[in-house]
Amino acid sequence: MKVAVITFPGSNCDYDLFKAAQQVGGDAKFIWHRERGLENYDAVLLPGGFSYGDYLRAGAIARMSPIMEDVIAFAKTGRPVLGICNGFQILCESGLLPGALMHNISLKFESKDVMLRVDRTDTMFTKDYKTGQVLRIPIAHGEGNYGADNETLKALEDQGRVVFRYVDRDGELSDEANPNGSWNNIAGITNATGNVLGMMPHPERAMEKLLGSTDGLALFTSMVGSMQPS
Amino acid sequence: MSQYRIEVRVKPRPGLLDPQGKAIHHSLNSLGWEGVNDVSVGKAIYIDIDADSVDAALETVEVMCRKLLANPVTEDFEVSVIDETEQTSS
Repeated sequence: MKVAVITFPGSNCDYDLFKAAQQVGGDAKFIWHRERGLENYDAVLLPGGFSYGDYLRAGAIARMSPIMEDVIAFAKTGRPVLGICNGFQILCESGLLPGALMHNISLKFESKDVMLRVDRTDTMFTKDYKTGQVLRIPIAHGEGNYGADNETLKALEDQGRVVFRYVDRDGELSDEANPNGSWNNIAGITNATGNVLGMMPHPERAMEKLLGSTDGLALFTSMVGSMQPS
Repeated sequence: MSQYRIEVRVKPRPGLLDPQGKAIHHSLNSLGWEGVNDVSVGKAIYIDIDADSVDAALETVEVMCRKLLANPVTEDFEVSVIDETEQTSS
């Protein structure tokens, strides 16, 4: 299973993502943002970080990178594309996912563990979770406040495209459990065809018991399990 | 052909959360300015561009705004010409 980890100037979770892909048996390769060609890959991962120093808007410059044209073409083939944190911001800026990630309502950079509820287990990223399962996953972002126009938000909910939400320990939605002010506690969404997932929390940082949580592991096993060998 | 200096003002869309504006608002209040009713923070981008006319320059920069400079989900933009330098062709 060939997995491409796209690296932009300012990416800083690329090695974590590379390691996570390897840990579940993926044949991971770094792809520099100026390179071209993703036809031979089975999955594409966009890492977290601060591509281009978050200049203009987080993700706005990265989505102009040459490789993004290939990422968009790759997404159209139905193969999995996963964007985490800055990767989610890039997916929104590129139009692969709707909406935008605004400044956290707290005005602070939030770096801590949060609880996430898995609301959809029928996606290629979550089939190894149980519906309603509550995960402990770290976040680290200043702009993770998800919003969109009312029509888009309604479509996301009606079509069941909200995959992860911020919850309390009991799996209940609350303002206290929402670290950034995201509408409806949204932490992760998919595109209409379900093969593009963007999420602010970092499952790639929850892969080892030693580091506090292994709750991110099932996301990567799900993805690898869904891939068709090329 | 002239060179135009275009000012692009990118502002948070009305009704959307503007935490920076809110923080500045609080600070102004705490400094004693009680009559301040609202503060919002945007950004200004200055572009020097060659074009045949003011309209052509503005039209090009508006395309830039839609493509890159502003995010239509969260931001509005305005463009205006603030300077024009005629270029002497040799």
